[in-house]
Amino acid sequence: MTVIEDLSLEIKKGEFVTLLGPSGCGKTTILRMIGGFEKPTSGEHLLDGKDISALPPNERPINTVFQKYALFPHLNVYDNIAFGLKLKGMDKKTQDEKVKKVLEMVDLEGFEKRSISTLSGGQQQRIAIARAIVNEPEVLLLDESLSALDYKMRKEMQIELKEMHRKLGITFIFVTHDQEEALTMSDKVVVMSDGDIQQVGTPEDIYNEPANLFVADFIGASNIFKGKMVGEKQVEFGGAVFTCVDDYAVDTVIDAVVRPEDVEIMGLGSGQEKSKAQLEGEVIACDFKGIFYVTAVKTDKAEIEVHNLKSFKSGDWVGLYIAPDSIHIIPYDTSINHYEGVLESYHAGLGFQIRFEDFTLDHVAPQRIFAGAVETPEDTVDRDNLFDADGQKIEWEGRKVVASFKPEDAVLSDDAEAGFVAGEIFNFIFMDDYYRYRVRSESEEDYIVNDAYLWNHGDHVSVNVPPKKFVFEVKD
Amino acid sequence: MKYAFSRKQLAIPYAVFLVLFVILPLFVVLSYAFTNGDGQISFRNFVAFFGSSKTVGTLLYSVVIAVITTCLCLLIAYPTAYILAKTKMKSGDALLMLFVLPMWINFTLRITALKEILTLLEGNLALHPFLNTIVGMVYDFLPFMILPLYNALAKLDDSYREAAQDLGASKRHVFLRVILPLSVPGIVSGVTMVLLPSMTNYVVLDMVYNSTYIMGSLIGSYFSSYDWHNGSVISIILLVIIGIITVISNRFTEGESDGKVSVLR
Repeated sequence: MTVIEDLSLEIKKGEFVTLLGPSGCGKTTILRMIGGFEKPTSGEHLLDGKDISALPPNERPINTVFQKYALFPHLNVYDNIAFGLKLKGMDKKTQDEKVKKVLEMVDLEGFEKRSISTLSGGQQQRIAIARAIVNEPEVLLLDESLSALDYKMRKEMQIELKEMHRKLGITFIFVTHDQEEALTMSDKVVVMSDGDIQQVGTPEDIYNEPANLFVADFIGASNIFKGKMVGEKQVEFGGAVFTCVDDYAVDTVIDAVVRPEDVEIMGLGSGQEKSKAQLEGEVIACDFKGIFYVTAVKTDKAEIEVHNLKSFKSGDWVGLYIAPDSIHIIPYDTSINHYEGVLESYHAGLGFQIRFEDFTLDHVAPQRIFAGAVETPEDTVDRDNLFDADGQKIEWEGRKVVASFKPEDAVLSDDAEAGFVAGEIFNFIFMDDYYRYRVRSESEEDYIVNDAYLWNHGDHVSVNVPPKKFVFEVKD
Repeated sequence: MKYAFSRKQLAIPYAVFLVLFVILPLFVVLSYAFTNGDGQISFRNFVAFFGSSKTVGTLLYSVVIAVITTCLCLLIAYPTAYILAKTKMKSGDALLMLFVLPMWINFTLRITALKEILTLLEGNLALHPFLNTIVGMVYDFLPFMILPLYNALAKLDDSYREAAQDLGASKRHVFLRVILPLSVPGIVSGVTMVLLPSMTNYVVLDMVYNSTYIMGSLIGSYFSSYDWHNGSVISIILLVIIGIITVISNRFTEGESDGKVSVLR
């Protein structure tokens, strides 16, 4: 199975790059390809302009810190670290010096003779890093290297790794599913989902200007609203019109992303507050999270999450204000739910049958595909011929057609037979008052459906779209 | 007083068995070995054993048979176990079953079948007694070598191999410096399971008409002529050999906190 398809990524020398994504998004596969443990079926892997795709791991100037460290249990700390040096045929004295130096660097001086099984998780982690960097690689790969450590130790190692990166000046490629870790440590973050790069940028870029809804939802907490542009830098969503800084043509359908900490929340005691509030709603929950409060406010059209220092009680009637530069607008992706099929057959009175990879549509009126098409009466000899408005015969056989539908026109069902295609939910995002689901069929086609009900990741569902809601377009 | 059941009581049947059939007989054997016919303590039996070229020859012959058998088993079993362990498919278990299956068949039946095959190949079995003995021994003990090796190799995490490669090791170095040392516990337990039994398994020799004695045959012949003293001496000598090998193999597996495959601990 292809995990990664068509991916291109450039990493500069000396950068600290993090591949970030949920489990199963292909980030580890990329790391393994860079390390040489997995061979790409096609494409190249260039290092300093040289193609190293064909080189086995032992011939690449790259070292890896494995997820579970993979320290050799039959060797002591010294022999583990010197493993690579010995293979290079380095003399004992240089080995001793290098091991000593690198142990100092990871703060484990004098640990040479210790056996691996006597080390704590954090110490093993450091030895694994030492074993890799002692070889002075050009690139250091870290595969979820901190995920086995407890919270405090992880925080500490994050700082130390960053410090090590600064001292060594080599390229670090770090893989993690922890977005906070990625934002804290990296120069550049590569957000991945499902074998594709969603966005590449600095931590600030990724957080403040998410390229799409996946990134907005995955990085930090987000309020995502569906809306449209109603004027110059005027956007409507959640039942109110807001001023924003992004400009798109009027009537463009958009998704608006607002970070919970950017929503101002206020009581409605004074007239000043009343006039500032753009939205009003009822507090339905307010939880203390250590430094801030998480308040959920229900307006008549949406549910909004707010992070700040103010505490409210459930049932309080509050006002909300969102500053123009806190609204991030992502134009609605209109290319979704497009599927290519072939015109299979046509009979007057019965319409077209169109075959797609996952499903077949029957009884499609010819006018929905060829505008102005004229059908031959059913009782004539050439009843299966179709003519355009000028009386020319339409050659439809074998032609390709793209069918599309809007996510809001589709509904999900747990009955596999109910819809036109069945699949598994592999991702969903909570929008202002519904969920946006991505359903993947067995042939790996994705179907995007807006549904008000809460389904779970991995649920087997079928997608149901009323036949009238499909839009067709002939491909030339 | 209420009767309270504790888990320790489950060990009682085994403890009784241990005392009656292991510890007590061991003392009987010891007392026979170190006494003469009149019941006096004596080392005469040992002196006799090591003084006679015939008995020392038997010991040497047993050791030669056992060492060759063990080496051949190891040579055949290691690559087999390695391939089986690396086969990530479900067929790996089926293949392993093929190698272990002979253990389910009665030993006499197996060796008789082997005898027939060898007769078919060689005509007269008496022409190659030594070779036939080795073939019979290897055939008999191979599964006992494969199983512990397979267990040790299958347990080896792939990440060790990858880590070694990552640090610059070629395929040969990965094997010599990582896989081989990490499979030592398997080798040790395989060797202990083959080496000692093959010193005493005289049924194989009988079956292939090898009239030379090994340690097992010697014990058998002494005991069948009611010579308990000399038979016990040989048992004690074998016991000492077992002891030495166990100590050596424990030395090997020490520090392998999670690699305990050894059965003789």
